[in-house]
Amino acid sequence: MIGPLVAGLIGTVLPAFGYLPALGGDSVSLAPWRELLGSPGIGRSVWLSVSTGFGATVISLTIVTLFCAAWHGTHWFSRMQRLLSPLLSVPHVSVAFGIAFLIAPSGWLMRAISPELTGLTRPPDITIINDPYGLSLMLGLVVKEVPFLLLMTIAALGQVQADQTRLVTATFGYGRMTGWLKGTFPRIYAQIRLPVLAVLAFSMSVVDVALVLGPTTPPTLSVQLLRWMNDADLEMRFLASAGAILQLALVAAGLALWVLGERLVAWLGQYWLSCGARGLGDMPMRLFIGGTMVVVSGAVIFGLVGMAVWSFAGLWRFPDFLPDSWSLRIWMRQSDGLFELTLDTAILAIAATLIAVVMVMGCLEREGAGKGQQPRGTDARAQAKVMWLIYLPLLVPQIAFLFGLQVLLISIGLDQLWIALVWAHLVFVLPYLFLSLGDAYRSWDERYARTGLCLGKSAFAIWLRVKVPMLLPPILIAMAVGFAVSIGQYLPTFLVGGGRFATLTTEAVTLAAGGDRRVIGAVTLLQMILPTIGFILAMLIPAVLFRRRLGMTVNRI
Amino acid sequence: MRLSHLLAALPLFFVTSFSAPALADEPQPSDWPAVEAAAEGQTVYWNAWGGEGRINDYIAWVGEQVKARYGVTLEHVKLSDTAEAVSRVLAEKQAGRDTGGAVDLIWINGENFAAMKRQDLLFGPWSEEMPNYTLVDTEGKPTTRTDFTVPVDGLEAPWGMAQIVFYYDTERLPEPPTTVDALLTFAAQNPGRFTYPQPPDFLGSTFLKQVLYATIDDTDRLLQPVDEARLDADLEGMWQYLNKLHPVMWREGKVFPQGGPAQRQLMADGEIDVAVSFSPSEASTAIANFELPDTVRTFVFDRGTIGNTHFVAIPYNAAHKAGAMVVANFLMSPEAQLRKQDPEVWGDGTVLNMDAISVEQRAGFDALELGIATLGPAELGTPLLEPHPSWMERIEDEWVRRYGTGQ
Repeated sequence: MIGPLVAGLIGTVLPAFGYLPALGGDSVSLAPWRELLGSPGIGRSVWLSVSTGFGATVISLTIVTLFCAAWHGTHWFSRMQRLLSPLLSVPHVSVAFGIAFLIAPSGWLMRAISPELTGLTRPPDITIINDPYGLSLMLGLVVKEVPFLLLMTIAALGQVQADQTRLVTATFGYGRMTGWLKGTFPRIYAQIRLPVLAVLAFSMSVVDVALVLGPTTPPTLSVQLLRWMNDADLEMRFLASAGAILQLALVAAGLALWVLGERLVAWLGQYWLSCGARGLGDMPMRLFIGGTMVVVSGAVIFGLVGMAVWSFAGLWRFPDFLPDSWSLRIWMRQSDGLFELTLDTAILAIAATLIAVVMVMGCLEREGAGKGQQPRGTDARAQAKVMWLIYLPLLVPQIAFLFGLQVLLISIGLDQLWIALVWAHLVFVLPYLFLSLGDAYRSWDERYARTGLCLGKSAFAIWLRVKVPMLLPPILIAMAVGFAVSIGQYLPTFLVGGGRFATLTTEAVTLAAGGDRRVIGAVTLLQMILPTIGFILAMLIPAVLFRRRLGMTVNRI
Repeated sequence: MRLSHLLAALPLFFVTSFSAPALADEPQPSDWPAVEAAAEGQTVYWNAWGGEGRINDYIAWVGEQVKARYGVTLEHVKLSDTAEAVSRVLAEKQAGRDTGGAVDLIWINGENFAAMKRQDLLFGPWSEEMPNYTLVDTEGKPTTRTDFTVPVDGLEAPWGMAQIVFYYDTERLPEPPTTVDALLTFAAQNPGRFTYPQPPDFLGSTFLKQVLYATIDDTDRLLQPVDEARLDADLEGMWQYLNKLHPVMWREGKVFPQGGPAQRQLMADGEIDVAVSFSPSEASTAIANFELPDTVRTFVFDRGTIGNTHFVAIPYNAAHKAGAMVVANFLMSPEAQLRKQDPEVWGDGTVLNMDAISVEQRAGFDALELGIATLGPAELGTPLLEPHPSWMERIEDEWVRRYGTGQ
């Protein structure tokens, strides 16, 4: 998996130092870097990438943590979980469009209260989306990352005896939130650490959401990169490559800073842990965080509903709350070839997901088998190395290595092949699948296996009949995540497929370029359907299989 | 993997060229029957912007026609940005794939064409030897021969005409501002009701060039490459104009729509009253799509607006050049051009010379209903020529420096 990444990065590093023979750059120079540092607004672009990336990550993590602390183990918690899980499958850019329509000065919220409350018949000229500080961009990222982190946390909750811990802390007289934060969070964070880092890297380098909600004068570094990369002036490729390396360095520095921050929090947290404060009377805080969660999920859901309404809208002007007229025209137009497109998308995603799940489980089994044979420290270090390799594709901005990857594939004649496309998807599906499954898999209690061995079963039989069934919910969720990731890929599909293969997402992105909200609304719904089916299956299958086994439900109340 | 291994592998990776089995000999455009014969059975991958359902439908229709007539299968590779296709060809050149490339035909013009021509990424000359090229109005529409002042030299075949127009809602704005100065006056009296797409978006950059036409003392200089010595003086009037315009623009000129479609959305949402477009039929199309109310109309500046031609080109390493030429030739046929100009289908202006086609074909063009918000050829007037690409580059760079950094 690391091969294409390295090859792609070389294909980026060389032009960054002026080497790209196809454009006449055949000597090494620092000119692209001088140009990069001299380009107007670059400092502010960098700052925006850092501030929105960190802002979105800290806020998302805080919301998820406090929400779990406040409500884990209640009816509300499982309801919220059911509500939010499908949102994981919605492509980022769809959420961004939905949020944009919701909060813009001419958006749905303003339409809801105009002209009755505001007296406005024209939208006010105030900046809400594309604000120069990146606040709306942060909002768009937070509402999308909260479901992701929440799902990751829930997967981890099943592994740390959170329910029992709550009983213990409650017995010691701790308030619900304080007890959870002191007793459960440290163990949870260890398990969701990589997803959090992935969120940070993603937020610092996101392109599509930033295009819809982000600042424009100047934009974030990633958007600026895309502009250079797509500039008609091909000499800009040198500048773009240097910018991609800067983006990479920025993400690396961001991750390092985060890890330092972890140490600081852990150090401070030690005092707090042992200071004895019981934190009773946390009801106002619990209500506040519950309210925040309702706002977050409401924003996503109403944004998506708004886009759905648009796909059926005729003329719909400000300040009308609903369209003047309705029309099926957009859907009729889309219906041609839609079935084929959906089928191709699904087959590609299923192929990538199946290969990935086999590889991930194989990898995790091997990792487990090595335990106890080597000195513990070496083992952990080797494991950490492997982990970083697998996760690199998530941490390296896509645009930084995909052009180089394309050159590699063409030069070995592997582009435009279906198998190459599956492989390119695998590069991204695999780490997410690993991310979703790894911790649950590792936390599986080996004593079950020992019990099985004592009962005379073979290792394979134990794996198949004990381990897999027990881990089925996280395996299926991880597969659903992988499936959704594959469906969401645009750049890899387009670059590696050479335009030969169309998926729902390539279709959606090109149609979105036309800017009609009706079309964007329709393709948003279409893009959601397949991943949503995946998640529904992931939840239904264990529920049906284990309907008579109370202990196998992930979150029993 | 060690760094030394990587470095050792580099020459292999970047220098070895991919040797594809040589395909049939390059088709000779002058021998048209041979081109048609070679084209039969080929699959042509046409990389074209795919953001508009109506255009996609038209391309699908072209596919049916060339399949039935010439046995050519047409695959529309839908792009969100033409630069994606340019990147693809560049990557293939980088990897040494000089034959059998993935892109057979590109919808292109302006800067992308200039860049591909400069980097020798195009096949040709071929377009002037297409049988239907004799029907093209190269005299009356000089932009079919020079693309943004860059000579076409037979490297791309003209496909359609575009011209800058503005559209506005008559319900909110009875009298449109038809000069550059009137536009400023309108904006000053109605703060926040005008904006333009953010350069380097091509539409926004073209708006700047439109302002430049009105503020430079000698417009002939725009057709020459930039003269560095007098550049500051030439642009000064335009910057003064923008300095006055921006504070009274939408969001005080601190936020800009990111392209034509985003700007049209602002118009639809009632945030702005005047929008700029490169397609004279955009307003009519948008009305038919329920995107804009039927009170929207189009106008042009009294002293004319910039117009250009869009083309199709064949990359130097295209795998199916004969098929691509057959498609390009069909695109220039009176039948295909007539259908394209029908606002019910697309509404894109023809490149043909009405005197060169048959009387029946001409009657077909005369009978087209242009749509309620589309100006006729007489109202559009003679388009102004695109300035030399060097103007665009300098204006875009300086614009970003002045207005694009939030300082």
